[in-house]
Amino acid sequence: MSDHDQHPLFLPAVFVGGLVFGVGLAVSRMARPEVVLDFLQFEDFGLLLVMGGAATVTAATVTLAVKSGGTAPLTGRPYGRRLKEFDSNVLLGGGVFGIGWGLSGICPGAAYASLGVGNLPILWAIAGMFAGAYLQGWLRDAVRAADATEVGA
Amino acid sequence: MLFPNGWLPYLVGGVLIGLGTAIIYLTTAIPAGASTFLESTLSYASDRPRFQKYRGSRDWRVVFSVAIVLGAAAYAFTFGDGPWTTDVQPWRLAAGGLLVGVGTRLGKGCTSGHGVCGIGSGSRTSLVGVATFVAVAIGTAQLVAALGVSP
Repeated sequence: MSDHDQHPLFLPAVFVGGLVFGVGLAVSRMARPEVVLDFLQFEDFGLLLVMGGAATVTAATVTLAVKSGGTAPLTGRPYGRRLKEFDSNVLLGGGVFGIGWGLSGICPGAAYASLGVGNLPILWAIAGMFAGAYLQGWLRDAVRAADATEVGA
Repeated sequence: MLFPNGWLPYLVGGVLIGLGTAIIYLTTAIPAGASTFLESTLSYASDRPRFQKYRGSRDWRVVFSVAIVLGAAAYAFTFGDGPWTTDVQPWRLAAGGLLVGVGTRLGKGCTSGHGVCGIGSGSRTSLVGVATFVAVAIGTAQLVAALGVSP
């Protein structure tokens, strides 16, 4: 992974993509928890257009790139699909994420963009996200250690 | 009324989010999601193996996230409405954020990883993930509103 950084244009390409991504989050108003909460309460269905528009552009891009059978110019990596293995964690994690998203109206990418639009209170959410990410890492390691002890005994 | 505040900004914004994802994907073949940044950035401060496994991608993920902040700022302070602040209460942001941090990392993705890259890849795992978190979020938001918590 780290040898990606060796191409001088790797980080600039990520930066430009991130800029456009951030502009999109601000334009779409997803950086505002209130707008997301309005969707979740069936008062404004704009979020469906945002996710649908983004997924459609991405689907067209991924489909054409994979079909080309080529590799990415800055990494040499072959174009592939984002496929993750399904297990119970997808449901459990999705459920926990859903409670958090429904309570706060904010998800990770939108939180970074929210900071950009000058919404300083969103730092509460970003601090919470880091704490949550740390907590699940700690829990996973604790569970793994307990399993190892059990197998050993 | 489906779109009381208009529909064009949502669609244009969504297409731009897709374009940003496409720029990174076409140049690097990486389907960039936003929530891995939380764990990869923890690898700077913690030796825990769970975070160290993201060490190789942590630098570009910082660049990606900082660029999202700057891109949103560039729009908000030029064509947008200028600085904007939420009225949602801090405890909701903090507690919700904590659960988002646990859930996105346990569930293998967030709204961008599962919702944009995963759905865009035709991934059934992502489809199930999105259906799960959207359904639960709708139930939660409705319950919170019904309990009289506002904003």
